[in-house]
Amino acid sequence: MTGYVLRRLGQAVLVLWAAFTVTFVILYLLPSDPVSIMLAGGQGGEQSTADPAQVAALRAEHGLDDPLPEQYAHALWRTLHLDLGTSIQNGAPVTTLIGDAVPQTLALAAAASALALLLGVGTALAATAVRRAWLRTTLQALPPLGVSLPTFWVGLLLIQVFSFRVPVFPALGNEGLASLVLPAVTLAVPVSASIAQVLARSLRTALAEPYVETARAKGASRSRLHLRHALRNAAIPTLTLGGVIVGNLLAGAVVVETVFSRVGLGRLTVSAVNGQDIPLVQGLVLLAATVFVVTNLVVDLLHPLVDPRLRLVGGARAPRRRTRNAGDVEAERVLVGGAA
Amino acid sequence: MRSSTSRSAAVLVAALATLTACGGGASNAGGAADATPVRGGNLDVAISVDSGCIDPQQVGNNDALNIGRQLVDSLTVQDLDGRIQPWLAQRWEVSPDATTFTFHLRPGVTFSDGTPVDAAAVKANLDGIVALGAKASLGSTYLQGYTGTQTPDAQTAVVTFSRPSAQFLQATSTMSLGLLSVPTATADPATRCTGATLVGSGPFVVGSYVKDDQTVLERRTGYDWAPTGAKHAGEAYLDTITYRVVPEAGVRTGSLRSHQIDATTGIASQDLPQFDGNGFWTQRRANPGIPYNFFPNESRAPFDDVRVRQALSKAIDREQLASLLNPGDEAVTSALSVSTPGAPDDAADLARDLAGANRLLDAAGWTRGADGIREKAGRRLTFTVLFWQPTSAVLELVQQQVREAGIDLQLKQGTTADTAAQQSSGDYDVLFYNLTRSDPDVLRTIFSTDTRNVNQRPRGAVDDLLAEQSSTTDATQRAQLVARASQLLVQEAHSIPLIELSTVIAASDDVHDLQFEGSSRLWIHDAWKQS
Repeated sequence: MTGYVLRRLGQAVLVLWAAFTVTFVILYLLPSDPVSIMLAGGQGGEQSTADPAQVAALRAEHGLDDPLPEQYAHALWRTLHLDLGTSIQNGAPVTTLIGDAVPQTLALAAAASALALLLGVGTALAATAVRRAWLRTTLQALPPLGVSLPTFWVGLLLIQVFSFRVPVFPALGNEGLASLVLPAVTLAVPVSASIAQVLARSLRTALAEPYVETARAKGASRSRLHLRHALRNAAIPTLTLGGVIVGNLLAGAVVVETVFSRVGLGRLTVSAVNGQDIPLVQGLVLLAATVFVVTNLVVDLLHPLVDPRLRLVGGARAPRRRTRNAGDVEAERVLVGGAA
Repeated sequence: MRSSTSRSAAVLVAALATLTACGGGASNAGGAADATPVRGGNLDVAISVDSGCIDPQQVGNNDALNIGRQLVDSLTVQDLDGRIQPWLAQRWEVSPDATTFTFHLRPGVTFSDGTPVDAAAVKANLDGIVALGAKASLGSTYLQGYTGTQTPDAQTAVVTFSRPSAQFLQATSTMSLGLLSVPTATADPATRCTGATLVGSGPFVVGSYVKDDQTVLERRTGYDWAPTGAKHAGEAYLDTITYRVVPEAGVRTGSLRSHQIDATTGIASQDLPQFDGNGFWTQRRANPGIPYNFFPNESRAPFDDVRVRQALSKAIDREQLASLLNPGDEAVTSALSVSTPGAPDDAADLARDLAGANRLLDAAGWTRGADGIREKAGRRLTFTVLFWQPTSAVLELVQQQVREAGIDLQLKQGTTADTAAQQSSGDYDVLFYNLTRSDPDVLRTIFSTDTRNVNQRPRGAVDDLLAEQSSTTDATQRAQLVARASQLLVQEAHSIPLIELSTVIAASDDVHDLQFEGSSRLWIHDAWKQS
C-alpha cells in the first residue's frame, strides 16, 4: 500500500511538471505579451502612448526580455521553492490572489456538488425504479438534457426569473447564503446530469445481474433490491467520475462566477488569461492540476472500501491497472484546463 | 421624452420583454434643479471590468479611472466646455514657450491622512509618476519631457519641461495626475493598487477594495474644496459609493431595471431605450479625444496611395453610422471628437461621396472585377480590420458601405492581446481604435512622426502643425493650428474617423445630479439619492 501511494505521488509530481511546462510554452507561443496588453488598456481600457524606453524598462522589470530557457529555468526554480511570483497586472503576490479567491469557489463548489449528488442520485434511482413507462422515459431523458444545456444560458435564465422578475435572490455578489443559491443550482445542473447518466446506466446493468434475481427470489423487497444490492455495485463507476466532476466544477466556475458577478478562481482565471498574466496563470494551473491529482488518488484509495472484492482478491493488482487509466484522465484534464 | 407612439410602444415592448414591473414614481431626470439634495445613503454603481488596481495614477481602464476620480483632486478642473478652471491651484502662469508652469496652491487643503496639499506634495506626485514609468500608463505620457518641480514656497510649485508641452495644463485636470499624499506617492505601486495606502484629498476615501467584487468609497468628512463648477463646495452628499463589478452586460441591464443597482455607464446601446423614462433617466456625452478611427498603414500598398485612402473615407456614410447606435446622434465631424476643446468642423470633408470615391479609385488604376471588388495588377482591393471593441454592428455597416465603391473590408474580431500584438508588430493595413483625452494634443501623440506615427508615414506638413500647437499657449492661436492639422489629417485621409464613442449614464430616477466631468467620466461629489 505504501509503495502504491509513493508511486502515485511520483506520478503526481510528473503531472504537475508537465502542466507547468505546457502552460509556459502555450503562454509564450501566444501573440503579444502581458506588458503590451496592459498598455493597450485591456478590456474597456485606453491606449497608452507610453515612451518606448519606459515600456522596455517595464518588460525588463518582469524579466520578459530574458532568453526563453532562462525565463523557464527561473520560473521553475522559483516554483520549486513554493514561490509563485507576483501578478504582472497589479504586482500582487500570486499566492495572495489565489488565496483570496479559493474560499468563495470552494463554497460554490461544495454547495453545487452536494446539490448535484442529491439531484443526480435521486434522478438515477427514480429513473430505474419508476414503473410507469412514460415517466421512466421522461426521467431517463433528463440527464442528456442537463448535460447539453449551456451553463451560461441556465444562469442567465435563473437570474432573469428569480432575481429580475421575482426578486427572491440577489443577482450579484458573494454576500450571504442567498447569493449562493442560484450559482450553485446553475453549476449543479451539468454535474448532476453526468452523475445521473452514469449511475442510471450502472443501476440498470446491476439490476439485470443474477444476484439481484437471487435476492428477489429470496423475497427481498423492491426498495431493498434497489438500495441495498444494486446501488452499492452501481456506485463504483460513479465514484470513478470524481475527477471529472471536480474538473466540471472548476470549468463551470469560470462561467458561473462571471454570470453571477462572484469572486473566485474562475473570474481570476479569466482575467489572468485575458491579460496573459503568466505567473498568475501558472499558479492557477498548478492549483488545478494538484486538485485533479489529489482527487483521483482519493478516488482510487476509496475503491477498495466500497468494493470488498478489490480488498479480497488481487488487491494490489486491481488498483495498478486502474491507476494507468486514472493517470490518462488526469493528463487529459490538465491539458484541457491549461488551454481553456 | 414620450413624443411618438412608436417610441412608447418600443419602451413598452422592452419592458415586457424583461418582465420587470417597476413603480412609476416621479420621473425627475438626473439634472432636476428644483429638488433639494438629501444627505446620506449609498449609491450602487455597476462597472464591467476590474483591472486589479484602483490607483488613479496607474490605471488606464475607464472603470478604474471613474473610481479614482472620486478619490483625488487635481490642480485644475476642466469644465464641460473644455476650459481649464481653478481647483487645488487657485491660479497659474504658463511661460510663453509652454515649458514652465507655475501653480499657486489653495491654502488649507489636506489629504485624508491630515498632511497638507502643498508644493512638496505636487513635486512628490509628479516625480513619482515619472518614476512609475510605463506603469503610469496615461500619466507618464502627459509628463514626457518633464525635468522637475521647484518649490519656492509651500504654496507655489513650478513645473518645468525640456520641450514645449502645452497639453500639460489640461493634463493637470485629469485623475491620472491627481494628487496623492506624499507617503502614498512614494509607496510600493502594488500596495497602492489595492487601495490600502491610497490617500488623496478627494471627496471620498477608500473604504474597502475586493478584486472582482466591489470597491466601497466613504465620504471624506471635512471636505470643503470642490472644484469650480461643482454645485456645492462642502462634503459629498452620499455616505458611500459601492462600485460593483458586473462583467455580464445583460446582468447589468437587469440589475438596474430591478433596482439592485442605482446607476451604471455599462448599458449596451441596444438596451438603452428601456431606461428612457419609466423610472429611469439616461444622459450621453461623447468622449473627448480621437473618435473611433481607421488608421491606414501608409508604408505599404494599397494605402500608400492617398487616392485609395481618400476613396475609403469618402465611401463611408457617417450619418448612417451615427444613427445606427442611437437615432438622432450626430455624425463625427473631424479628426477630433466633438467634445474635445478646440475641435474643428471638417464635416464637409467627411460627407459621403460615392461618385468621388469611384472616380479616385478609377484614376488610381483599380478596376472592378467580376464580383464588383476592384483589382489592380492581380491584387484585390481588400484589407482586414482586427478589433476587440463591442462595435461589430458599426463595422459591418462600414463593410457594406465601402463595398459599394468596390472595396472589400474583412472584419476579424479578436482579443486585446491580438490587437496589442498587431500594433507592436507594425504588420497591419488598418488599425481601429479610439483614445479618450480632453486635449487636442492627442492628435500629436497618435499621428505625429515624432511620436507613435500610427500611419507609418514619412514626415509632412501636418507634423509641423502638430509640433507648433504643442508649444502654443494662446488658446485661439492653438485652436487655429489644431483646426489646420485636423483638416490636413482628414483631407489626406491619415485619419478616417467613423463614429464617436459616447459614455452613457443610465440611472434610476432616485439618483440626482450624477454628472459628467470634462473627460466624460463621472463626478459623484454632487450626486444624491432620494430616500
